[in-house]
Amino acid sequence: MGIGLTHYLVISAILFSLGLFAIIVRKHAVLVLMGLELVLNSANINFVAFAKYGGMNIEGQVAAVFVIILAAAEAAVALAIVLNIYQNFKTVNVDEIDNLKD
Amino acid sequence: MDLVGLAFYFLAALIVISAAIVVFSKNIMYSAFSLMFTFFGVAGLYVLLNADFLAVTQIMVYIGGILVLIIFGVMLTTRITGVDVKSNSLGKIQVGIAGLLSTIIAISLIVVFSSTKWFLSEPKVSGDSTKLIGNELLTNYLLAFEAASVLLLIAIIGAAFIARRK
Repeated sequence: MGIGLTHYLVISAILFSLGLFAIIVRKHAVLVLMGLELVLNSANINFVAFAKYGGMNIEGQVAAVFVIILAAAEAAVALAIVLNIYQNFKTVNVDEIDNLKD
Repeated sequence: MDLVGLAFYFLAALIVISAAIVVFSKNIMYSAFSLMFTFFGVAGLYVLLNADFLAVTQIMVYIGGILVLIIFGVMLTTRITGVDVKSNSLGKIQVGIAGLLSTIIAISLIVVFSSTKWFLSEPKVSGDSTKLIGNELLTNYLLAFEAASVLLLIAIIGAAFIARRK
């Protein structure tokens, strides 16, 4: 049995739901970010798989390049925000950060 | 089983197991380091999918950039003695509901993916994906390319501004 499009899509579905579970359940803000990275990676696998098998050709890979660019910018800004939250609240537990101004 | 199939199943196992460690590990440092193996596995999948430029980009940007940022974030925000112990104190019911939801989404996605008749086109054999991506970026996607450069500049300035100590 050869490896086809569906194999890659199944891997990306599993990765997506694992990332979603991390985003919902974990309380550490950095772990929520890691779940987000898993979700973005699963979307990227889909793009590249369709680039090879689904006739998107090189445009799927270009879309994946832009996703990687956005992920880098998002990670930088989000970690800056997390550091700032830690300075103000002395915690990064997303359940305890519930006021705008103390 | 041919070599491609063997490589695919190895990478798939690597991705799923290390992603599971990321999600379920109590120690956040284990999660951060396990994320590295997930990214390596995804880069390997890109190689299998003839996307060599993307594989190298994945390793350089994700592992060399984002993962280092994340580890910095972990080290700067976690007291090393009390690693993320309270982090998993969500109630059993909430965890159960979240797990059920994720499982339902995973199963329905897999069912949809495997039951849909995808329009499959024969892959056009093209050796040099780097050249093709460069051509696309500077012709059809020029506006998005320039917008991405502005976005990265804004992200650098914004991150430095937000994270500095007042």
